[in-house]
Amino acid sequence: MRYVAPQALIAALLSALLGLLCLALTLGTVELSVGDLGRTLIGQAQGPRADTLHTIVFDIRLPRILMALCIGAILALSGAVMQGLFRNPLADPSLIGVSSGASVGASLAIVFTGGLLQANALMGLSVVAFGAFAGGLLATLLVYRLATSEFGTSVTTMLLAGIAIGAIAGSLNGLLSYFSNDALLRQMSIWQMGNLSTANWSRLLPVAVALCVLLVALPRVGLALNALLLGESEARHLGINVQRIKRQLIIATALGIGMAVAVAGLIGFVGLVVPHLIRLLIGPDHRWLLPASALGGAMLLIIADTLARVVASPAELPIGILTALIGAPLFIGLLVRQRRELQLW
Amino acid sequence: MVIAVDNLNLRVSGFDLLRDLNFVANAGEVTVVVGPNGAGKSSLLKVLVGDLVQTSGEVRLNHRELASWAVGDKAKILATLPQHSVLNFPFTAAEVVQLGRIPHRTGIQRDAQIVDKALARVDAKYLQKRFYTQMSGGERQRVQLARVLAQICEPSSLGERFLILDEPTSAFDLAHQQLTLALVRELAGSGIGVVMVLHDLNLAARCADKILVLDGGRIAAQGTPTEVLTVAVIDQVFGVDVEIGEHPITHQLMVIS
Repeated sequence: MRYVAPQALIAALLSALLGLLCLALTLGTVELSVGDLGRTLIGQAQGPRADTLHTIVFDIRLPRILMALCIGAILALSGAVMQGLFRNPLADPSLIGVSSGASVGASLAIVFTGGLLQANALMGLSVVAFGAFAGGLLATLLVYRLATSEFGTSVTTMLLAGIAIGAIAGSLNGLLSYFSNDALLRQMSIWQMGNLSTANWSRLLPVAVALCVLLVALPRVGLALNALLLGESEARHLGINVQRIKRQLIIATALGIGMAVAVAGLIGFVGLVVPHLIRLLIGPDHRWLLPASALGGAMLLIIADTLARVVASPAELPIGILTALIGAPLFIGLLVRQRRELQLW
Repeated sequence: MVIAVDNLNLRVSGFDLLRDLNFVANAGEVTVVVGPNGAGKSSLLKVLVGDLVQTSGEVRLNHRELASWAVGDKAKILATLPQHSVLNFPFTAAEVVQLGRIPHRTGIQRDAQIVDKALARVDAKYLQKRFYTQMSGGERQRVQLARVLAQICEPSSLGERFLILDEPTSAFDLAHQQLTLALVRELAGSGIGVVMVLHDLNLAARCADKILVLDGGRIAAQGTPTEVLTVAVIDQVFGVDVEIGEHPITHQLMVIS
């Protein structure tokens, strides 16, 4: 059963996202009133707290919330694309080893470029991002080759490949930390825990650019992805240039996941849960699924990040733990409901 | 305007799957391919639609080498229904059929009409809003058939249209087998060339203009049903002793085993 018209869902998600943005800006160790927030945003804040408010809103919270928005959108988009590409609704970058591959690439980049990350944040970040992109691309290609045949993707092979890649990634990461010095070790381990607390405007920029690239490029492949769900040769018979589309999609998802992993570490379940939920509401048509997933992913990650900031304030929780805590039960719920629906039929 | 096959050979990993095939499939006619398991029927269809590329020989679609067609153009005049389709996503029947309109871009309204009509023609109108993932095998196959119908239901400036079907009736009950064969005849009547694999020789006899008997990758016989479906050919190819009779009312050829 479908519940919502896709246009209505997208409109609802957009307005909810705006509301959520404002709410997230007011919440934190220092709580702001809506009035304070409004005045600070338009530069009309007065009184002794004006400067502090300005710093809190513009230098600390806004870049971080926008970062959560971008990363969430990228992860959900990549998940949706990957599920279409693998013709399997259970493909998720974190479950099939793509995120682990990206993390190895990033670790390698950190180790081999030494202190570049500290010397020049933007430069360092792009090197790490490139490493993560390359690692993610390699892992995607590997899983795709292993698991996909003309009959779609075997879930078993896909998950087993994920385990294998995860194991390789784990040992490579271990090896790298074993041989690196204390400073690098700290950099790597902080980064691997996955959090958004390092967000600032200059780190946000490349992520926002990556998201924009995906948002512009992906809607065009919506129809092709729909056709691909039937199978590769069926898509070809529908006039789709399958090889080219596949290459584009694999590069796009590797880029997205690499970027997200480079900036925020390993954040799981967003790419699995969000498209699943959206598909349940509006169906699998990628022309709507992709933009709606981006919005849903942005919302989920803003919620998770806000909770990470607020729950144990003034301390913070790693966001990866929270997305799993929110995402996994939701996913189990979806599975249970789907089973029930199938049995009723 | 035809699909023409000249001296076609197909060799895959050391095995000769197809050897020296020569035939034409005309627009407006139904060409049925029969033969025992492993005779090369599915391989032949895959070559005809470009999924496999022949080792030597030539396949021409509307007088042009098949491989020289742009994918987008070919999709407008050549549709194919594979033996098995896997679709794990909950598209509704109407959405699946809609996918058949991808090559054309004729607009939402026109497409919706075509989808409606295609579903009605395969007796699947009632499935319109149901999820593909929750349908029975026969229902799925009908929806897929409607999808390829929607793909080539309108004449194209690129030439004659062709429909390639691999065992389209294998999952159907008796009523839907009859419906499909009637539909295939109707399509041929409207100028579409149909090439299909069938296992049931009686079904083949009833709807084919031309039958192609494959055996071990070679053409063992080709011609009209009465020319091809003889006691000798069936014995030689299938190794089965049969009688050739006549339907008591329609007087069509019947293979009685």
